[in-house]
Amino acid sequence: MNWTVNDLHIILVGVLCAMACALPGVFLLLRRMSMMGDAISHAVLPGLAVAFLVSGSRASWWMFFGAALAGVLTALFTQWITKFGKVERGAAMGIVFTTLFAVGLLLIEQGAGNVDLDAGCVLYGALEYTPLNLVTLFETEEFLIQIPHAALVIGSALLLNILIIGIFYKELTLASFDPGLAETQGFRPKVIHYLLMTMVAVTTVAAFEAVGSIIVIAMLIVPPATAFLITRRLPLLIGLSLALAAASAILGHLSSQALPALLGLPETMSSGMMATTSGFLFLLVWLFGPQGLLKKQSRELVAPPTP
Amino acid sequence: MRPEHPPEFPLAIHDLTVAYHRKPVLWDIELNVPQGTLAGIVGPNGAGKSTLLKACLDLIPKTSGEVLIYGKPYEDQRDLIAYVPQRESVDWDFPVSALDVVVMGTYRKLGWFKRVGKAQRQRAREALEQVGIGHLADRQISQLSGGQQQRVFLARALVQDAEIYFMDEPFAAVDAATEQAIIELLQNFNAKGKTVLCVHHDLATVSRYFDHLVLLNMRIVASGPTSETFTRENLHKTYGGKLNLLDDVAEALKNVGR
Repeated sequence: MNWTVNDLHIILVGVLCAMACALPGVFLLLRRMSMMGDAISHAVLPGLAVAFLVSGSRASWWMFFGAALAGVLTALFTQWITKFGKVERGAAMGIVFTTLFAVGLLLIEQGAGNVDLDAGCVLYGALEYTPLNLVTLFETEEFLIQIPHAALVIGSALLLNILIIGIFYKELTLASFDPGLAETQGFRPKVIHYLLMTMVAVTTVAAFEAVGSIIVIAMLIVPPATAFLITRRLPLLIGLSLALAAASAILGHLSSQALPALLGLPETMSSGMMATTSGFLFLLVWLFGPQGLLKKQSRELVAPPTP
Repeated sequence: MRPEHPPEFPLAIHDLTVAYHRKPVLWDIELNVPQGTLAGIVGPNGAGKSTLLKACLDLIPKTSGEVLIYGKPYEDQRDLIAYVPQRESVDWDFPVSALDVVVMGTYRKLGWFKRVGKAQRQRAREALEQVGIGHLADRQISQLSGGQQQRVFLARALVQDAEIYFMDEPFAAVDAATEQAIIELLQNFNAKGKTVLCVHHDLATVSRYFDHLVLLNMRIVASGPTSETFTRENLHKTYGGKLNLLDDVAEALKNVGR
């Protein structure tokens, strides 16, 4: 393969995006609501479309606001339908996000059909084109450091997620483990719940344009799920999720360039391959990890219980 | 006329009604729990025992009524209350250690944003020692037996250092050693003048564990000192025609000499 600075840029965007998604993904997994990430990442579409129609521009604060609102509404509607419609939560989620996603598609086709906000881009993104839109970080006579604009956007989302989890680590953990105790101690688990949903929505939007929803959904769910096969220590779980997410992005891009060539095919989509790689890593850990299927004696993740 | 609910009562409930999906679960609850009692709540399945605790703690919405903690709304008195939920209410596969769970009991005093420090961990270790599982502090919670998990919850209630303890079936499915640990803890609370309200399912042990009793079946059937309320007539009213159960009760009543 021909290694260029473009590959570096694509990997940078991929890694930042994967890590930004994996962070809230850990807490979705712990709350047993990983699919909420799937739902929200689809349902932000009408928010994006409406914000675009109102403001007339992409990549604006309107888009973030619209999408974040749509994300929170997804969580809210799901809650309502589960409660008042007496529908099982998975089904309620399905009702909400497919409807919102479809509305979003219609809005885009009708209102923004001739602009560069199209449905295809939403699904698989345009990772290959991110190196075309560069911003200069640092410039002297000898040095010029440029990164893709998308890296800046997603990097900000990653930073925001690190900050929020850093600040609310204790509250997020408490509300995820025992919402009843959180409530009686006055920590408002509902507020924390919607904080998490907003994080997911904002991350999704930040990642959307460049990498598309496939990789967002994969990175929200798969790296934390893989890490959960390896450890039961929360700080380690978060660290491992980040590492696995980054590894999926790097290995994914490399294999998207190298693997098809082995079969005599042209290079394939990076984002698709990054998502595939995360699934492959899960499979590897599932087979060969500490509790792997192929281990003769499956080891406990922590010290064995004493009688 | 409005019943009396003087502010010296740790818990006073006035005209409480709770409904799920428009079906009432609790009706017209009037209740005063006196200071320093070990109060048991008993009643058949579906009588609304857990619901009563949760409604007091604003964990589920009240359809009507009022709950007062020392004469003030619960919202102003959170510091005085510790809640021990049913063991099954949380995910024991969650990636935290026994110590982490107990430390959660200190969060109220710690407040938002502040980090857990040495003092909190030390306090949590002492509480785990006190319930007899200090050596398991760093064990991941899925590696604990049911009884040990229940003791983790009790240690967490201990570090909350409350005045009123709401406990939901702490004795459910625990081993004898844990049962003994719970009893000692309850007596410890009692000696310090704290008030305990405890949902209980085993009629045979009621008179041994509790000095105050609330018999509940959607409504309050009877409430008062165990010696006065734990009678065949009251139990009949509470449990209706479940006769095989009442035979056990007869046995239990014999034990208290009534």
